[in-house]
Formats: sequence, C-alpha cells, structure tokens
Amino acid sequence: MLNFFLKRIGVVIPTFIGVTLLTFSLIRLIPGDPVELMAGERGIDPARHAQLLAEMGLDKPLLVQYWNYLVGIFHGDMGTSLVTREPVVKEFFTLFPATLELGLCAIIIAVLIGLPAGIIAAVRRGKVTDYTVMGMSLTGYSMPIFWWGLLLILLFSVRLGWTPVSGRISEMFWVDEVTGSMLVDAFLSDEKGALLSTLHHLILPAIVLATIPLAVIARMTRSAMLEVLREDYVLVARAKGLAMPLVICVHALRNALIPVITVIGLQVGVLMAGAILTETIFSWPGIGKWLLDSIRRRDYPSVQGGILLVSCLVILVNLTVDLFYGVVNPRIRHNR
Amino acid sequence: MSEMVQTAVAESVPPGPLQEFWGYFRENRGALIGFSFIVAVLLAALFANQLTPHSPYEQYRDYILTPPAWQDGGLWRFPLGTDEVGRDILTRLIHGGRMSLFIGMMVVSLSLLLGTMIGLIAGYAKGMTDTLIMRAMDIIMALPSLLLALAIVTILGPGLINAAIAIAITYLPHYVRITRASVITESSKDYVTASRVSGAGVWRLMFITILPNCMAPLIVQASLGFSNAILDAAALGFIGLGAQPPSPEWGSMLSGALEFIQRAWWVVTFPGLMILLTVLAFNLMGDGLRDALDPKMKR
Repeated sequence: MLNFFLKRIGVVIPTFIGVTLLTFSLIRLIPGDPVELMAGERGIDPARHAQLLAEMGLDKPLLVQYWNYLVGIFHGDMGTSLVTREPVVKEFFTLFPATLELGLCAIIIAVLIGLPAGIIAAVRRGKVTDYTVMGMSLTGYSMPIFWWGLLLILLFSVRLGWTPVSGRISEMFWVDEVTGSMLVDAFLSDEKGALLSTLHHLILPAIVLATIPLAVIARMTRSAMLEVLREDYVLVARAKGLAMPLVICVHALRNALIPVITVIGLQVGVLMAGAILTETIFSWPGIGKWLLDSIRRRDYPSVQGGILLVSCLVILVNLTVDLFYGVVNPRIRHNR
Repeated sequence: MSEMVQTAVAESVPPGPLQEFWGYFRENRGALIGFSFIVAVLLAALFANQLTPHSPYEQYRDYILTPPAWQDGGLWRFPLGTDEVGRDILTRLIHGGRMSLFIGMMVVSLSLLLGTMIGLIAGYAKGMTDTLIMRAMDIIMALPSLLLALAIVTILGPGLINAAIAIAITYLPHYVRITRASVITESSKDYVTASRVSGAGVWRLMFITILPNCMAPLIVQASLGFSNAILDAAALGFIGLGAQPPSPEWGSMLSGALEFIQRAWWVVTFPGLMILLTVLAFNLMGDGLRDALDPKMKR
C-alpha cells in the first residue's frame, strides 16, 4: 500500500515541476519584459529600467531565475499584482472561497441529478427513458455553457424576473465575512432573508457550472451500472428473491460507484475551466473571473500565479482521487 | 429456389471494410442525423457567398436590432433579424460556419498529425524518450484545457489562428496516448516481426506496417476532437481571446450579447444554437464511428 502511494506521489512531482516551468516561461515568452509591461505606455528611462530589472532579479541567468522562482513558490511568494500591488497569493485566497462555494454547489447538483438519472437509464436500458436521459446527457455534454448561462438569464432573470443577473448577494444585506462562504455567512448572520438572497444569486451559476459534469456523471453511471448488472452476483441476488430496487441500490450500485467517484473527482478540471466562463457571465467574484480580468489587464504576475495555483489544485485533487481509487480497488493497487 | 441460391451466393462474398463500416454506421440513426447536419453546414459554408444576399460585415444602420421575420417589426429581408449595428444575423451565422469548421479542421489536423508522430516515436523508441514524452503529456493533461489554451493565447496574442494552435496543443496528449498504446500492442504481433525479419526499415515499420492498424481509435478521437475544438474556440471567442470582431465567429458573436439580452433575444439565441447543434452533430457522429469501428462492439 505504502509502495503504491509513494509511486503515485512520485509521478506527480515531475508534473508539478513541469507546470512551474510552464508558468515560469509564460511571463518570459510574452513580447516585452516585465518592467516595460509595468511601466505601461509611459515608457521608462534606461537607468531606472536596469535598476528595476536588478531588483526583480531579472538580470540573472535563466537557471538562477528559475531557482529563485521555485524557492519563492515554496515560501508562498508568487509575486505582486501589477494592478493592486497586493501579493498574488493573498488575492487568490481572498477570492477562492467564492469559487469553491460555486464549484461545490455545482458538483452537488451534478451528483444529485446525474447519479439517479444514470441508474434509471441503465435499469430501463433500450426504453424511452434511457434514450431521453442519454439524449439529454449528450446535449449537456455538447453545451457551450456561456450560451447556456445567457439563455438562463434571458428566461429566468429577464422574462420571468425570478433571479438576479449577477453578484453573490443583494445589496440590501450586509453580511460579516466569517468563513468566506456566503451561504454559511448569510446563515450565521441575523439579517432576515440574507440566506434566501444568497441562494437566489447562487442557483443559476451553479446550474450552468453543473451542466457538463452532470452529463458526464449520468453517462458514466449508466455504463458502470450496465456492466455491474450483468455480473453473476446480481443474478444470485435476484434469484434469492430480493426485490429489484434493493438489488440495484445495495448490490449493484456499491460496485458501480467506484468508477463514478473517480469521474466525479476528475471533474475538478472541468469545473475550473467552466468557472472562468460562468463567473464572467454572472459577475461572480471568484478565481475564474479574476484570472480572465488579469489576462485582459495584462497583469502577468497574477496570471502566472493564478494558473500555477489552479493547476496545483487540479493536480492535488486528481492525485487524491487516484490514491482513493487504489484504496478501494485492490486490483489497481497490485497491478502496477 | 433460385432466390435462395442467389442469397447464398451473395452471402459468400465478404463485404469490403468500407461496406461493412457503412453497414454498421447506417444502423445508428443519431450518427446519420449528425453526419447529415455536418454535411449541410459544410455545404452552406462552402457556398456562403452564393447563399447569402448580404455581406456578413455590411451594417444596415437603418435596421439596427430588427427582430426575426415572424415577429412584429420583422422583415423577410433579415429572416433571423439583425444585430446591434444592423448586420444580418443569418448571413453571419452561415459565414460563421466557415470559421468553426475551419478551426475544427485546423485543430484536428494539427493535433492528429503531431500527436500521431509523437505517439509513434514514443511507442516505438520506448525507454527514456518514451518516459520524457509521456511526462510532458501528463503535464498538458493536468491542466484544464481552457486554462492551458488561455495561457498559450496570452503568450501568442488573441486571434483565430493562435486560438487554434493553443487548442491543438491542449488536445495533443489524447492522440499521443492512443497512438502509443496501439503501437505497443501492435509491435509485439507476428506480422510486425515478420516485416522486421524480412528487412523493413524503421520508417517503413512505423508508418506503413504499424500505423494503418492504429487508425480506428484515432479516427474516433478526431471526430470527437472536432466538437471539442469548436466548443473551445467558441469559448475563447466569447471571452475575447479567439476570433476578433467583426469576424462572424459564433462565439465572438455572443461576446457582446449580454448587453442586448433585455431587448433582443435573437442576438443571444441563434449563434449559441448553432454552436450547440454543430457540436452535438460531431459528438453523435463520433459515437456512431466508435460503434462502427470498435471491434468489441461488433457482434
């Protein structure tokens, strides 16, 4: 077991180094050097230019620069934003709870709908229900989610006036920040209606972000269930006289769940990519919107740090899923 | 009696690979629908200039935000209405098909060609080369595709071609992995050994002996790659880093649409619908191709 763990972690280290190489080169491959970018259109005199380069360590050989970059990362230093002059790490973690909240809600929606839908489709294989679920899943999988978001705004915000268009909570409320999660903070606060307002703001972005993971989970659940339902132990359970719902929920689902959980874990990458689009449409103050704004403002240290942190997050979650898979499924553990 | 003899004779002739493939593909209704839709979009894109009376860039300043023809105030001159500067939406959609298919083709051919080459090398060379290539692919795989595409576009600068290059790089690992895996399984088979023993060189072994036998999964991946490419290109266009205005790309047509959502639903609805239908068509076709080409699915 320990061997398996070490092996898997060993594979992640080169990946991590590769990502740092990528983000390191990002800022150096962009035409013009960082000092000129910082100075903007005003320009800068050569003496000051050289001095700033030296201050930032950019006059040293590339290898030394990379080493300093790595050391900085391990000290939690990823540079300063050119726009706000705040440390990038601080900006990232101020905004991260908003994205985390949105992502968690999305994945909960995706699992709550996708899992039962996949099970029903598998049980009713070849029937109308199956075709409907699979058709909807394929549509969801093909959905340009930025357009889907616009459509939902058009219907629910513009036509019906049920939900707000943007933000996390109505301006009427002032909620003290305790946990960073607006839902929890609104729940803890004394303001009446704050929680409802938060939910109102959250529902559309969460649905939009949930769409693709939902489709993937439904598809995966269906095929995993179909595989399991063919197994002998399901037949035995049926032969013993157990009711079908019991067989499905107890015997089949438990085994079908293993690949499904892996797929759920792998949705983190999809969620982070989706967050860029979803947060932009709904003006959700999270990492995705911040990253895109940073690109537009040419705030390269923020782009660099943001991409590195998001990648590390995705790598870490994928590693966790991988390890978990090894723990619950001995076949994986012993094969390699 | 004579009929029976005829069928017996007909059955004794095995269908050619293409015929067999078409037989399976034809059975899949979804795949056929997807295929027909793609052909329709392709034809419309090819003959866009003949099909549309307007230019996709011409601004009819007197007809700004005209609703679709069937609505009050709509004109049959502009069947799907006009946008915020008075350009005909239907015309722009048809011309947009060109861009989406072009970007799909560019991304798929780039990542297919490069990916197959790299995969062949990795699978054939083994050892250190293989490890290095596969680790590099792991890094690309570790990043969400849109995020990596964003990073690359930040370096290259926004634009349709740069977006295509960025997207092609993000999908490279799929082709590399598929090719490598099939090369490794195929290389150990007798026909490859026979070819090697009879003196075939490295290049002949790689490209003429092994590669044709790895094609099926690559074709499926390429078809699905089309849909991913179109979707990602549209997303990049939407956030302003792909095709630049005023080009009639479906994604960038939506980028300013949020402003008009209160007044003009048609500006928001139609470009996205085209993206969805085209991506859906490619996915349906990809599924059909997989079923028809996958030997495990064959009865």
